Amino acid sequence: MELFQYPYMQHALIAALVIGLAAPALGIYLVQRRLALIGDGIGHVALTGVGAGLLFQRSPVIAAVIAATLGAVAVELVRARGRTSGDLALALLFYGGIAGGVMLVGLSDATSASLNAYLFGSLITISPQDLVTIVVLGVAILVMMLALRPALFAVCHDEEYARVAGLPVRALNMLLAVAVAVTVTIAMQAVGVLLISALMVVPVATAQQVTRGFRSTMTAAMALGLFAAGAGVWVAATADTAPGASVVLLAIASFLVIAVGSALWRVLRRRATPAAAPSPEPHEVVLR
Amino acid sequence: MTPPVITVTHGVVGYDGRAVLRDVSLSVTAGEVVAVLGANGSGKSTLIRAVLGLVPLAAGSVELFGTPLRRFRQWRRIGYVPQRLGAGSGVPATVREVVASGRLARRGVLRPPGRADREAVEEALRAVGLADRAGDPVATLSGGQQQRTLIARALAGRPELLVLDEPTAGVDAASQEAFAGALSDFVAGGGTVLLVAHELGPLRPLISRAVVVHQGGIAHDGAVPEPAGHHAEPDHDHVHPHGPDEPAGLWSS
Repeated sequence: MELFQYPYMQHALIAALVIGLAAPALGIYLVQRRLALIGDGIGHVALTGVGAGLLFQRSPVIAAVIAATLGAVAVELVRARGRTSGDLALALLFYGGIAGGVMLVGLSDATSASLNAYLFGSLITISPQDLVTIVVLGVAILVMMLALRPALFAVCHDEEYARVAGLPVRALNMLLAVAVAVTVTIAMQAVGVLLISALMVVPVATAQQVTRGFRSTMTAAMALGLFAAGAGVWVAATADTAPGASVVLLAIASFLVIAVGSALWRVLRRRATPAAAPSPEPHEVVLR
Repeated sequence: MTPPVITVTHGVVGYDGRAVLRDVSLSVTAGEVVAVLGANGSGKSTLIRAVLGLVPLAAGSVELFGTPLRRFRQWRRIGYVPQRLGAGSGVPATVREVVASGRLARRGVLRPPGRADREAVEEALRAVGLADRAGDPVATLSGGQQQRTLIARALAGRPELLVLDEPTAGVDAASQEAFAGALSDFVAGGGTVLLVAHELGPLRPLISRAVVVHQGGIAHDGAVPEPAGHHAEPDHDHVHPHGPDEPAGLWSS
């Protein structure tokens, strides 16, 4: 544990914990909309911002925030007009973003090591100023996702109903898009743009195997995200592995443990009560 | 004199250049229970979606409670019951959580739910007979119970007007009865109802007026017509697909 006496390790740990809480709190709305991969698309666009920042010797983080926000807003506008299908719009983002990023980084003086730090995360790159940005923006995202939960739940669950209920659907959609962009960028240094989407999605997928409601899924996903981020940084520091990969592998490991565990539990419970009570009403078509 | 609850004047709706509704005029006054009837693709669902502003009018106008749709903001006065739960969400949600969405029109986006909200949700759950399933995930419910969940969501906002899109299509008999009971309580309390239906079933005694839509126009407006031909047969298959959907988008579920 003596590694955590160094300030840079403390910064990395705090940053990872904030992101571990905020990413699933946002990601649950993306999973609910079946848009689990949007974070990945926005991450690729953020990479173009990193490249522009490195090329013009400006802060890569701020350039990434701008690029990711523009990308997220563009996706939301395309979606709202219904002109392009979802996966085509995502494809444009993925490939345009990563190609732009690689090209701009190549034009700059930066080494491939600095590109790797943004792709997969690096513990030593988080400065005290970065930490302040990460904590302030991460807490802001967390507070918004929790405080607006009823409204965001309604919009993601049934958008037409939300419109008839008079909710500001367009503003809430835009808020989600911008929140994705901001979360991707603040998580970029700790987890990396290629893996941040996993921290938004995997804890939610894990939680919903054992939960029954939206609120309980959100709480459990945030707890799982916190665990994966904290433990992942510890593993990365002790075993000298890439932090993003360690965090994501731990998140996926918890998914497997809980998937197997809940399946076993269901089998055991079925054996314990062999004559299950018949369901009171015939189940006709179950609409999903 | 109070203005009509719904006024559609010379409404025209087209999808992709094809007219679905041509020159439709309709007025619903407070306390009426109006059934919009018609065959598949007649435009009956489009009519109520135009009333709610979910599809744009190409021509004509819609007024709700005397206010043009464009300027209408009192959405708390309206409860909408879609034909079914959206394409499906990836995250589980309990019946109570879905019904609680019905309070948002009244409460607004920022205010957290209070005691009045929780009481209204419990009351709506009792009204549709789902109080014992409140903590269950909606995905584990039968189609009829899911439909009752959506009705409870609309009732939880204590609206003055209920707009329902095929509330009884493909719903089991027990759920149809529970639904008719909830609706007659709502009407007895002075509520106004506009519903789209293919067949009326146990709702029939509640309906005060029927509007038949045929090929995008109104073919009949008045007394409820008697079922005729194969529609009157008890085993008539009422399961059918819906009108054209809006294009699927990236952020939509």
